[in-house]
Amino acid sequence: MRLLRMLLVLLAVGFAMPLAAEEDPFAGLASQSFDEVSAAVGTLAASGNPRAAAVIGAMRNDALYADDDGNLYIQSGDDWLEARTGKKAADVDADSLSEVRINNAVRRAIAAAMGGIDLFSPEAAVRAHAAQAVFDAHDPAALPALQKAVAAEKNAAVLRTLKQAEAAVILATPDSTDADRLSAIAVLRARGDIQARARLADLTGASPAVAAAARDAMTALDREQQMWGLAQSVFYGLSLGSVLLLAAAGLAITFGVMGVINMAHGEMVMLGAYTTYVVQGLMRDIAPGLMGWSLPLAVPLAFLVSGAVGVVIERGLIRFLYGRPLETLLATWGLSLILQQAVRSIFGASNRDVTTPDWMSGAAQWGGLTITWNRLVIIIFAALVIAALMAALRWTSLGLSMRAVTQNRRMAAAMGIRTPWIDALTFGLGSGVAGIAGVALSQIDNVSPNLGQGYIIDSFMVVVFGGVGNLWGTVVSALTLGIVNKFLEPVAGAVLGKIVVLVLLILFIQRRPRGMFPLKGRAAEA
Amino acid sequence: MASQPSLTRRNLLGAAAFTAAVTGFPFISRGRAAEAGPIKIGILHSLSGTMAISETTLKDVMLMLIEAQNKKGGVLGRKLEPVVVDPASNWPLFAEKARQLISVDKVSAVFGCWTSVSRKSVLPVFEELNNILFYPVQYEGEESSKNVFYTGAAPNQQAIPAVDYLMSEEKVKRWVLAGTDYVYPRTTNKILEAYLKLKGVAPEDIMINYTPFGHSDWQNIVADIKKFGSAGKKTAVVSTINGDANVPFYKELGNQGIKATDIPVVAFSVGEEELAGIDTKPLVGHLAAWNYFESVNTPANRAFIKEWHDFTKNPKRTTNDPMEAHYIGFNMWLKAVQKAGTADPAKVIDAMIGVAVPNLTGGIATMMPNHHLTKPVLIGEIKADGQFNVVWQTPGTVVAQAWSPYLEGSKDLAADWLPPLSCGNYNVATGKCGGASK
Amino acid sequence: MNRFATSLCLVLVLAGALALGLLDLLPPAGSPWHVSPYVVSLAGKYLCYAMLALSVDLVWGFAGILSLGHAAFFAMGGYAMGMYLMRQIGTRGVYGNAVLPDFMVFLNWKALPWYWHGFDNPMFAGLMVMAVPGVVALVFGWLAFRSRVTGVYLSIITQALTYALQLAFFRNDMGFGGNNGLTDFKDLLGYPVAARTTQVGLLWASAAALALALLVCRGIVSSRFGRVLVAVRDAESRTRFLGYRPESYMLFVWVISAIIAGIGGALYVPQVGIINPSEFAPANSIEAVVWVAVGGRGTLVGAVLGAILVSAGKTFLTGALPEIWLFALGALFIVVTLFLPRGIVGLFRRRRALSPLPGPEPAE
Repeated sequence: MRLLRMLLVLLAVGFAMPLAAEEDPFAGLASQSFDEVSAAVGTLAASGNPRAAAVIGAMRNDALYADDDGNLYIQSGDDWLEARTGKKAADVDADSLSEVRINNAVRRAIAAAMGGIDLFSPEAAVRAHAAQAVFDAHDPAALPALQKAVAAEKNAAVLRTLKQAEAAVILATPDSTDADRLSAIAVLRARGDIQARARLADLTGASPAVAAAARDAMTALDREQQMWGLAQSVFYGLSLGSVLLLAAAGLAITFGVMGVINMAHGEMVMLGAYTTYVVQGLMRDIAPGLMGWSLPLAVPLAFLVSGAVGVVIERGLIRFLYGRPLETLLATWGLSLILQQAVRSIFGASNRDVTTPDWMSGAAQWGGLTITWNRLVIIIFAALVIAALMAALRWTSLGLSMRAVTQNRRMAAAMGIRTPWIDALTFGLGSGVAGIAGVALSQIDNVSPNLGQGYIIDSFMVVVFGGVGNLWGTVVSALTLGIVNKFLEPVAGAVLGKIVVLVLLILFIQRRPRGMFPLKGRAAEA
Repeated sequence: MASQPSLTRRNLLGAAAFTAAVTGFPFISRGRAAEAGPIKIGILHSLSGTMAISETTLKDVMLMLIEAQNKKGGVLGRKLEPVVVDPASNWPLFAEKARQLISVDKVSAVFGCWTSVSRKSVLPVFEELNNILFYPVQYEGEESSKNVFYTGAAPNQQAIPAVDYLMSEEKVKRWVLAGTDYVYPRTTNKILEAYLKLKGVAPEDIMINYTPFGHSDWQNIVADIKKFGSAGKKTAVVSTINGDANVPFYKELGNQGIKATDIPVVAFSVGEEELAGIDTKPLVGHLAAWNYFESVNTPANRAFIKEWHDFTKNPKRTTNDPMEAHYIGFNMWLKAVQKAGTADPAKVIDAMIGVAVPNLTGGIATMMPNHHLTKPVLIGEIKADGQFNVVWQTPGTVVAQAWSPYLEGSKDLAADWLPPLSCGNYNVATGKCGGASK
Repeated sequence: MNRFATSLCLVLVLAGALALGLLDLLPPAGSPWHVSPYVVSLAGKYLCYAMLALSVDLVWGFAGILSLGHAAFFAMGGYAMGMYLMRQIGTRGVYGNAVLPDFMVFLNWKALPWYWHGFDNPMFAGLMVMAVPGVVALVFGWLAFRSRVTGVYLSIITQALTYALQLAFFRNDMGFGGNNGLTDFKDLLGYPVAARTTQVGLLWASAAALALALLVCRGIVSSRFGRVLVAVRDAESRTRFLGYRPESYMLFVWVISAIIAGIGGALYVPQVGIINPSEFAPANSIEAVVWVAVGGRGTLVGAVLGAILVSAGKTFLTGALPEIWLFALGALFIVVTLFLPRGIVGLFRRRRALSPLPGPEPAE
């Protein structure tokens, strides 16, 4: 923090005052001691050297190298630049260079250095980020620089963060006035998150009035946090529920509608995840610029791959076993072993790396709620998949035929529907939906041959809990199980929570032996 | 009910099938042991099931080491022959396969196991049949068997130095001990808890959390960690989360924006192999403690990596700590066989203690009388390319403590397999060799 | 079920086990007649699996209850036996604690949990081997059959049961050794567990238990009771209308079946030397169903045959084709269902004489 202080003081005075001219601002960067490197970063940033930002930025990106004599080079593509001048360096022997080593301490020094510089960056996003960094550090020495930045700031959002940072700094400053402190407390109270609460909790040596105000603010914050915590648990539950829903949606078709106990369902999910991996691998080679589109592209492909495998399984195996559901269990169990081993033989036993596109990374803060983008996308995606599935069953002619065949096969056949063909397509549809689920699951779980095994039991539970043959039941059941699980988890712990859910499920089935939404009428007897 | 079947034919065939199934087992046996033929080495790693992710690589590295040794002429003038079996991540099957390797295939040593439970499952078999197991994975300690050579780290060779590093370099004051609910994390966390309290950490500054195997939904636990870490004191997470659950854990960390500069996570079960399945850019700076990293720049390691890439024909295959453990274990076994002049396990066991071979990080690994190794401890930070940047290492090597001095039950125990003690759990206080593991 | 086939199976099991045991003990190690202890331990293990398969067949083949959680009863019996064996270790554990098993010392437990008391007594432990699975089955079955949970719903909740138990036993706080389970056994009834004579004795005990279980099952299914049971399997509603109470019949075989599985598990544990929560894994239960299907559902003999053949196949393939054995095993299951719908036993039946034995799923 000493660094930051030194830096910000200098910045406040106007930041182009070089240190003693003899001292080399680049000295120590190539040192083997992390402490020296950290100090050197501070010195360099404070030196006002025009290359400071570029060199420190290169360090942050692991692109700064040094040779044995301490000469620094920045790697830029295949070229090497002289760090001190930014000019292209001729005949550099790459083998003689070693990367400038950084660790978390150095990384913090870099962040502080860049933060000081970034507070006055022309880009609002960079300034906002820097303001948050100052908030986190809440170093009293930053006050003058902050006030300067506040005065200059035009962007309302950045200004708010700057003011919050200012408030945090004021609370951390031992000799600030009570009036300043009280208004700072109000600002932090308005910010309303756990970081603000942490700043309030840290307040020491304040007058009784200020201490009381801080206490009140904290109580209010705690109350708010509790409300937010409830909402947060609902979000977690929805998110877990949507994952369960995606995993179970395909099974709701193959098992729920067709009555096939498909133990290879998890492997269809796995195939979808591996399709995503392959798509990303191909795109990395062919069109690296379009990586952000890899998931939207993978969705239809995963549907086709898993769906095609599903059709093949139905034609090659399951059609011989209709009316013998328990034999299908056996055969599909064998099939799942084969599919797992096949994937293991082709792709290897270890996990595959599926990257998350930038638009799905990170989180948004909404009041006291942290919404991670990938989870939000998966919730929306699950909703879309279910809506599409229901629409397909209700409004397409294929859906009509499917419903006809499941409700009364012989009558449907008499009406001219090619029932075997419909069976194959229905199974293909269920498998394809499982494949789509695989794309989503590749974003949050391991992509390994065992991926499907982890979801098969949960999927069966979801379908059965909801009531076999009822897509709405599956939706409600998945979301219920997800939310119940997430409310139990903080109370009982992750393991016990899961056990309690299972026991509740068993008891529930005793009360309602056909699930939440049992089918009524003839179909139920089939 | 069944109607009358044709009795005679069924009975005859059924009888034949049953007898074949029960009595016809010697047909599995692949050759008899002979002092002149090749020396057989058993490889007991899961190639299917949940542990295949980690263990398949170890099978491959053993095949590579054996092939390389055969090119050099084997040992004692005899070739080496690997016998690979698949215990399929099924613990009783581990015991069955161990018995098969030793009593049917007559192997001279077995390299295998990953999980503690698989080791516990085969332990009685090795003790009964007096054969050798090389166990290459870091584990919870609290064990020393005459027939097992532990080439992975004991807790004092991994966990405690990592905590020391965080305390001194990162000035960590608050600790989250997060682990999968099984013996290794339980024990490691017990040891760490005792150690932290000894160092003056208050109980309210320690949060312990256990999750089931393969836990995939980390949302609220990561949020709890974040909350725990926002209390003003520098916080770190010590993770003993097991293999499969790590990918979703790290993905959630990245997404909830827990940066290493704020709350560093130091892991004991995450290596290059596990990171290969994750996008590491959001994880830069999180730490791992091991006794080997692929990025260690020594001639021996460069040669090892090159050999590995050539053997697997895949220039991207990573190397990791348990692989180095097998490398050390295998070379030690070769030396001990040469020293003993025979591959007979009973004699090789006695020759093993004191054998020293170079490790891959520029030091020497010595087999200590407690059947554990001396190892350097390295702390690495995750880099954007999935490798580790070694930021700290012990000046020399650390001697393993099979029995932790920080645990109530084991603080008086010591293991020494040299005569006259020859005991895996010698009680220093009572002067007795406890139990029956003599 | 045909009495003759069962009797033959019985004789074969007993004679086979007796011969294997004697051939292990009597001839010297070098003799061509000598059977290695490895084979003895395998055979003993298979016979325990056969008991599990038999118990699955009893409820699935004759009462139409497809249990996807039967391995839970097997594991409960195993744990009861394991607890007895743990208590027998006494001061020979690595920490030398006379009362607490090693894993409790290791985790700083101070006293033995209440549910561990009594397990040092072999009679009590033996009772528990049957009582624990029996009572759990009774409670579970009573709840399920009373509210007429049938078909896939029942299958799924049995799976939920075993899955919940697996998770529970994984927890170290439960006091069953967590993931490592119970291991490092020393004595069984005063005999060292690892000794060859003990192992042969266990093989013989397993064979005798299997034979006894076969007799009990045959007795049940060939009685009037068994005929009602089959009626329940094939048409539960009709049976109910005839004035029977299907749930009582189902509950009775369900409990008997759980006890048989429990005994199988109890004999299994000292032979493999470890019991751990993965025995509760749903996959194990499914595998048991697979054995029955491969051997032939509803035949008793088929269950025994299926368990032994599939396990032997697994033993052989994991050694001979370690990299690709799953292909072979998976293909076996598919081939059996497609071409041998009545399992291996079905092969030996005259085609024309087939009854609708593994009948359609119970219809309401």
